Amino acid sequence: MAMSETKRVGRGVFIPGNNLDTDQITPARYLKCVTFDELSGTLFYDERFDSDGNEKEHPINDPRFNGAGVLLVGKNFGCGSSREHAPQAIKRCGFKAIVGESFAEIFQGNCTALGVLCVTASQPTIEKLAKGIEMAPSAEIEIDIETQRVSSLGAEYKCRIDSSVRDAFLRGAWDPLDTLLSAGAEIDATFKQLPYSGWV
Amino acid sequence: MVKRMGKTLYQKVWENHIVKTLQDGRDQVFIGLHLVHEVTSPQAFGMLKEKGLRVKYPGRTFATVDHIIPTDDPVRPFQDAKAEEMVAALYENTQDHDIKFFDPASNKQGIIHVIGPELGLTQPGMTICCGDSHTSTHGAFGALAFGIGTSQVRDVLATQTLAIKRLKVRRIEIEGVLGDGVYAKDVILHVIRQLGVHGGVGFAYEFGGSAIDSMEMEARMTLCNMAIEGGARIGYVNPDQKTFEYLKGRAYAPDEKWEEAKAYWTGIQSDPDADYDDLVRFEAEVIKPTLTWGVNPAQAIEIGEALPVMESESAKDAAKYMHLGDVDSMLGVPVDVAFIGSCTNGRLSDLREVARVVQGHKVHERVRALIVPGSMKVALEAEAEGISKVLRNAGFEVRQPGCSMCLAMNPDKLVGDELCVSSSNRNFKGRQGSSSGRTVLMSPVMVAAAAVTGAIADPREAFGKGLRCSYGNE
Ligand code: SF4
Repeated sequence: MAMSETKRVGRGVFIPGNNLDTDQITPARYLKCVTFDELSGTLFYDERFDSDGNEKEHPINDPRFNGAGVLLVGKNFGCGSSREHAPQAIKRCGFKAIVGESFAEIFQGNCTALGVLCVTASQPTIEKLAKGIEMAPSAEIEIDIETQRVSSLGAEYKCRIDSSVRDAFLRGAWDPLDTLLSAGAEIDATFKQLPYSGWV
Repeated sequence: MVKRMGKTLYQKVWENHIVKTLQDGRDQVFIGLHLVHEVTSPQAFGMLKEKGLRVKYPGRTFATVDHIIPTDDPVRPFQDAKAEEMVAALYENTQDHDIKFFDPASNKQGIIHVIGPELGLTQPGMTICCGDSHTSTHGAFGALAFGIGTSQVRDVLATQTLAIKRLKVRRIEIEGVLGDGVYAKDVILHVIRQLGVHGGVGFAYEFGGSAIDSMEMEARMTLCNMAIEGGARIGYVNPDQKTFEYLKGRAYAPDEKWEEAKAYWTGIQSDPDADYDDLVRFEAEVIKPTLTWGVNPAQAIEIGEALPVMESESAKDAAKYMHLGDVDSMLGVPVDVAFIGSCTNGRLSDLREVARVVQGHKVHERVRALIVPGSMKVALEAEAEGISKVLRNAGFEVRQPGCSMCLAMNPDKLVGDELCVSSSNRNFKGRQGSSSGRTVLMSPVMVAAAAVTGAIADPREAFGKGLRCSYGNE
């Protein structure tokens, strides 16, 4: 099991826009892999590079934000595919948390299972955080998981963490596998009482 | 007086699959059917190996290859070395863990969401998951079916369960008779347009009402397939006589226990006095042939309707990406590629309907028109019924089954900023294999109308008045 933790801290980078889907986060042509090891370079690839591979203007390409650990995003982030490649690419780029106005459900579940914390905050809050890092890119953003507060540059804002996600991080149990495995006999019992268990 | 509150199908099926409630408030839920494909499974098998775990219920997992398979020459080894590596990994993993793999040699290969129902694996009252968001398709049978990520694929392989939160249920009721040229695809695009791409987050969508009752199973699959595009992880229809008839005699459908199965399936229907968290009603008559103009499925309009005023930044950006600078509506927008296929609309009834309307028409010389059957079974039946011949004579290229240009992980791709009219489910930027490629989602019949006209067209005009959907209405 992972360590229990109450805070996540890192420098931020703001990716503007709503409905950023998983195909934009990791274009489908980079899904041809049998491991997740080489995904980090594909993050927002088509937004970051033109068709000849030259860098375009994009926050992730901006050297001021190198080494950021907190992504700031808009509404419905991560909509689209259930593939874990998008959250894996985010994690492998060093992001530990995402603060957004809202998240697609499957995406948020995938992030949690990987230990990437998804936090929702209001649009004005995200705007203020984004303005702050624009002025001071090296400023840290701190997420207090326990009190559901996010702070940066001396200001503190309310944020929301889904109750089960919050519980999972506080207990260091964001990966549920061990818990699921421990129910072995109960799983079999549940299956046996299902009407269709004896049909095939 | 105590108000009697019935249960929804969602509640009933959820409850009988709960193993236990976990400390974090989620439920540990048993998964009745687990489907896997080559894109989201190798890493999960890898994680399993790392932990020294085995598959707990290998008989409840079934695999196929769909995303990366070439549709011109699906003979191994595939020319694309990475695609070959992925399919080889699936052979190895399924063999190693005793999992049934419907590979091309089985004659049962196809898009996972097409073959599940076809084989009778998909059944009412089951929990079904797959590392693929369009798993919602299987909800057409009254199953709770949803997409999961790779770590969760690992969880299901290792435990046949998932840690998951219960959803709310929104009933979407569509009453009345659908008009000319209006198909399940138009219905779901209309619903997503009205409720938004994230309107369904936190909900399961229960589709009902007389227009849904009239739909054949394959049309219901189209509907549920795109629930996820409206943010709802699950979409379902209560099982009825049509569901039972569809399943009867299928390879994995119950046989000896048929009556017992039917009793269970009937019992899980939502009660008439079920307690819904939300209810939305649409009149069938109001729904017109609908297509997308932008880069998400809610950016949709009726055919012929004026494009909206682009106010928000995202709308402006979408219009720019789609090159809509000087057009007023989507009618007449020139088309480069026409694609009919995918887990949304690549079934026999789709091909049959297209063949019915394109008789006597020819694909426009400007258009590359592709038809990719959803499965080998669909391909074989289309061939046997003479559908494929009609389609070929009309100038369509009829290819081998797979996901193909739905997301272009195989060699079928758009080039540059080509515009593709597509019967698939996602019009995201770059979805069809070119980072500037443009996708316009619509029903297969509207795709056919554009293919023969060379530009986006009203199918009711292209194919004459009285165009009735032959599989969505009675
Ligand atoms: S057809 Fe498209 S949406 Fe369906 S499973 Fe294949 S890639 Fe996914």
